[in-house]
Amino acid sequence: MSRYLVRRLGFVVLTVFLTSIVIFSVIQVLPGDVARVILGREAGQAAVDQLRQELGLDLPAPVRYLRWIADFVRGAWGESFSLRTAVLPLVARRLSNSLLLAAVVLGLAVPLSVGLGVMAGLRQDSFLDNVVSMGSLALVGLPEFVTGLVLIQVFALQLGLFPASSSLADSSGLGGKIAQLILPSLTAALVLLGYLARLTRAQVIEESGKPYVRTAVLKGLPRRTVILRHILRNALMPTVTVVAISFGWLLSGLIVIEAVFNYPGLGSLLVFAVSRRDLPVIQAISMLAVVGYALANLSADLVYAALNPRLRLE
Amino acid sequence: MSASQGGRSRFRQAVAILFQQRSSAIGTSITLIFVLAALFGPVVAPYGLNQQLTSATFQPPSLAHWFGTDQLGRDVFSRVLLGARDILAFAGVGTLLAIILGATIGLFSGYTGGVVDEIIMRAFDGLLALPAMLLALLLLASLASSDLSVIIVLVVVYTPIVARVVRSVVLSVKELAYVRAARLQGEGLGWILYRAILPATYPALAVEGALRFSYAIFLIASLGFLGIGFQPPSDNWGMMVSDARQLTSAAPWALYFPAAAIAVVVVGVNLLADGLKRIAQTPPDPRS
Amino acid sequence: MTRASTPAPLLEVQRLTVAYTRAGRSYDAVRQVSLTVQQGESYGLVGESGSGKTTLALSVMRYLPRSAAVRGGRVLLNGADLLTLDAKAMRRIWGRRIAFVPQDPHTSLNPSMRIGQQLGEGLSTDGLDQRQARQRALSLLADVHLPDPPRIAECYPHQISGGMRQRVLIAMAISREPQLLVMDEPTTGLDTTTQASILDLIRDLVRRRSMSILYVSHNLGVVAQMCDRVAVMYAGELLEDAPAARLYARPLHPYTQGLLDSVPRLGQNKRRVRLRGVAGRPPSPAETRSGCVFLARCPLAIDLCNDAPTLFETAEGHTARCHRWKEIEAGSADPRQPASRKAGPPRTPTIGREVLALQDVQVHFPLRRSLADVFSRRIRRVRAVEDVSLSIERGFALGLVGESGSGKTTLGLTILGLVERTSGEIHLLGKPLPSVIAGRSPGTLARMQMIFQDVDESFVPTMSIAEILRRPLIRLSGSPPDEASSKAISLLEAVHLPPEFADRFPSELSGGERQRVAIARAFASKPEVLVADEPISSLDVSVQAAVLNLLNDIQVVRDSGLIFISHDLAVIGYISDVIAVIYLGRLMQVAPAAEIFEPPYHPYTEALLSAIPLIDPRGKQERIRLQGDAPSPVDVPRGCPFHTRCPRFLGNLCKEVDPPEQRTASGGMIRCHISLDELKAVQPRVFAFSSPVEGSG
Repeated sequence: MSRYLVRRLGFVVLTVFLTSIVIFSVIQVLPGDVARVILGREAGQAAVDQLRQELGLDLPAPVRYLRWIADFVRGAWGESFSLRTAVLPLVARRLSNSLLLAAVVLGLAVPLSVGLGVMAGLRQDSFLDNVVSMGSLALVGLPEFVTGLVLIQVFALQLGLFPASSSLADSSGLGGKIAQLILPSLTAALVLLGYLARLTRAQVIEESGKPYVRTAVLKGLPRRTVILRHILRNALMPTVTVVAISFGWLLSGLIVIEAVFNYPGLGSLLVFAVSRRDLPVIQAISMLAVVGYALANLSADLVYAALNPRLRLE
Repeated sequence: MSASQGGRSRFRQAVAILFQQRSSAIGTSITLIFVLAALFGPVVAPYGLNQQLTSATFQPPSLAHWFGTDQLGRDVFSRVLLGARDILAFAGVGTLLAIILGATIGLFSGYTGGVVDEIIMRAFDGLLALPAMLLALLLLASLASSDLSVIIVLVVVYTPIVARVVRSVVLSVKELAYVRAARLQGEGLGWILYRAILPATYPALAVEGALRFSYAIFLIASLGFLGIGFQPPSDNWGMMVSDARQLTSAAPWALYFPAAAIAVVVVGVNLLADGLKRIAQTPPDPRS
Repeated sequence: MTRASTPAPLLEVQRLTVAYTRAGRSYDAVRQVSLTVQQGESYGLVGESGSGKTTLALSVMRYLPRSAAVRGGRVLLNGADLLTLDAKAMRRIWGRRIAFVPQDPHTSLNPSMRIGQQLGEGLSTDGLDQRQARQRALSLLADVHLPDPPRIAECYPHQISGGMRQRVLIAMAISREPQLLVMDEPTTGLDTTTQASILDLIRDLVRRRSMSILYVSHNLGVVAQMCDRVAVMYAGELLEDAPAARLYARPLHPYTQGLLDSVPRLGQNKRRVRLRGVAGRPPSPAETRSGCVFLARCPLAIDLCNDAPTLFETAEGHTARCHRWKEIEAGSADPRQPASRKAGPPRTPTIGREVLALQDVQVHFPLRRSLADVFSRRIRRVRAVEDVSLSIERGFALGLVGESGSGKTTLGLTILGLVERTSGEIHLLGKPLPSVIAGRSPGTLARMQMIFQDVDESFVPTMSIAEILRRPLIRLSGSPPDEASSKAISLLEAVHLPPEFADRFPSELSGGERQRVAIARAFASKPEVLVADEPISSLDVSVQAAVLNLLNDIQVVRDSGLIFISHDLAVIGYISDVIAVIYLGRLMQVAPAAEIFEPPYHPYTEALLSAIPLIDPRGKQERIRLQGDAPSPVDVPRGCPFHTRCPRFLGNLCKEVDPPEQRTASGGMIRCHISLDELKAVQPRVFAFSSPVEGSG
């Protein structure tokens, strides 16, 4: 197992390294002259050149990359171009909001979707299965902003149950904040639900068709035993990995959902930063996302290795 | 002639499978309807994209204005119909380029193996570690806002995914007898890759192509909604939805119809992809 | 014995019909089949792919796939119809009264549960507590001769070999003392030597516990050795049903006769006997037919056969579904007559001249699992082929026989340049051959071609047969494209396929037809050496003979050298002039075909010969069984690589010292520490048929 984990850890570190290169090149190389971006089109050439020197833009790319990554690790994330404040505290506050939302979403979606996926998979082609398959497909296909706007229309504007906007302002109090969390997390949970339920269902169906399940049935075991000990034990193992991989999916969705609900998380900050070309904020958020994705993957590897005897015994 | 009979009967079987299950029949029909709308929209649309009927603002859906009109008196039906062309064309071109590029890289990387393969695949792992929307925003923050940028985004986001899918098929067939036979025949690399191996990836490519196409529509609409990569006034459905947000009480139809158009076409293409997956998994008819 | 005195049968299948539905169409997989298994009887069900034998077995288990449905008939176990029972009632029968042993031991055990647990959980449903169930599981593991039961019980399936897993599955099946075991090809996919010991085990268990077996197999030899009574299925129907000894000695259905004549008997050789086989292609489930199901392929068909025959009782306990059974019994209608008169290939080969020579060829692969292994330098090596020297002569066939992992396929691929050799020399027509294809000229490639094992994967599926045959003509023989087309047609004719096939695609051809195309492609460039890697093992039994004959004829006519690779010593013995036995990458014995069946043998050859199930229920065989599994080619034992399993193991000498190559009088070789005279003195002739086989020896 340790061999496996060392290998996975190496893989994750390598991936983060490569992704940081991608981010670095997109942010620092593609836009051409960052100094020009900062100062605007009207600035004089002398001022631009001076800023270039200050920012170290005249250095070769590998050196700039090393400085850049060292700065990131040290927490020197620079100053936002548009807000003129330090990036680190800004992002940190938004990060905690986003993590809160993500936690609520996962807590809602994972048990529900795994449950539905398992039930649908075990009763293939039944009414329930058709509902789950079609429903999850529709949910996967619906863009988050459409789902979000429909939920706002119904629950906020028509029924008036929850607020349409989720600014999490301190004035709204704890109860208000919880009420504000409901619609955005429901939107994200619905999207994730479709994705996870489909995958769980497919996994359960695949395992059910394997010869060892036939062996178990023909032993005369009770159906419950066949399902719990044989099918689910093997079908849910890959689902663990899928939950981790869906972290990336969730992140994509949260960017749009936060914008829909004006939720003060990293996603809405990112959209704002992109529209202002605020590169320090963009790169900080991107790097955070990559590290988060890597950690999610690594924890999935850990759980998977603990469940799978093939890896545990290696 | 019997030469094409194998192909033709396989095609007929594929169509039969597609229309046998209700869901994939619906998906195929929806996709076809939207493609027709994209092709003939400008011919049949009753009004122009930004044509303002000052006498008819905030009209609810009626015979004259099927989807109603907005605050400027623009006909929502015409706007939705005219929006189909751009979004489908962007998504289609982006997907197609990603498929071509991804298939080429996947074929080459998988067949050659070794260090080259390792480097390409690790680089793609790096790209894929970024969620699609994040990568799209990153690129759009750096590139100038233009149609070309949107296409580039789609190609960068999807090429690694397509390459991985193709590569996994290549790995499963490259040690098969027919590839060995081709090598024993002295065939060159190009022939082996494109004549011998590529056809084996068609089923996976068809499924992947449909899926990528639907997500491309999804992504473009979402970017339009966020107002990134597209400048108003635009015929992007997502941007129409976002524009109509302040009208939710006065003219909710101006929001619902473009939103529904996105949802329907994405779900439709998804259903089609599901049907294609079923075809790929069904063995050919037993000989008769 | 008369009907009245037989005890009540254990299992009766009555007029059973099962249909599959696919893409909205329905196909009968089993049609109106009736059979009876008596208490304590081993009943064999023989058939090719698509015969419906597995569907029948699964119907008996009441475990059909979702796409299949019983359309009629009854399955009576002790007189009670299983088809009327619900799943809950079946759960009291599964495992307790009927148990199933599946074909594939690799996927039939739960990968994430320990063996002991999997074995014990069935027992727990009988009310045994945890400790009792474990005790019983351990004794069952001992019953199936697994070494060190406590350790095996703690293992997960992936930690033990395929043969051991099959033993576990058998232990599981017998664990609750069922009356009937349904076995679906339980040894298919296992090595011959492993198969032999599993078959021994089943025979012993069944005899001791007086269980009945319904044994499903395509292998005529295995069924002959295992069963008291045998039924033959074809295209969903039961064609003949008789006591085993009678069926093999006096088959009355032309299809049964054809099957028995399709496979070479141990010791037969092509230079003396020509296989007959069955003409035509196996039936497809989609065909709608009236009349006899075998009509299209039957050499004895007459007008009457357009009316479907019933099962005629030809004698007490022997039924056959053929209108002409009386004529066949009397010998006035004999399908074997015309074929045996047909002239075979030239019987004396031209004087041999070496075309290919291998000198100390060695192939090692680095066993690299990931990039991390490369950095940590933990690269282990697979020693696939070790110092092989051989020569192949024009017009001669060299048979290379070995079990899985023996390196036989790797050796074939190395000769062709598809695998790089680590060291050693290969000479083609006296000229040194570059190691890999990239270094070989088109002229050299043309001289060496290959026929592959898997007929489904031999061709690019999107290319027509004409295109498939044109490529080597254009690439290797330099034919202009228009000439290549006409040459492709004549190639089709050479392999007895109609010219219309040129326009077809591989998926439209049957397995046998595809292998003919593969032969045509291989001979297109007029090769001097042909490597055939298990060319018939993926084919149905009834078409194997025709492909074997064709391959043999063309090879002899073209006067090329043939390297025939197979795990089946009977087939190798039939096709080859010289036989090489390979074990863990080493040649253990090389001998002229006739000599390999007579002492002195290499002890490994001796065990192989003993392990082959004779297609003769009354044939005699010495019982020589190998212990354990073959070691992995990553850890090849020191000294003699066979010493860990050798029944004639001497001691430290075999463990430490590489055995010498002893030359026999005929120019053969045996790699063993025991002298040839000594071997000859202690070794019996391993096998004998009940009646002398035509032309053997």
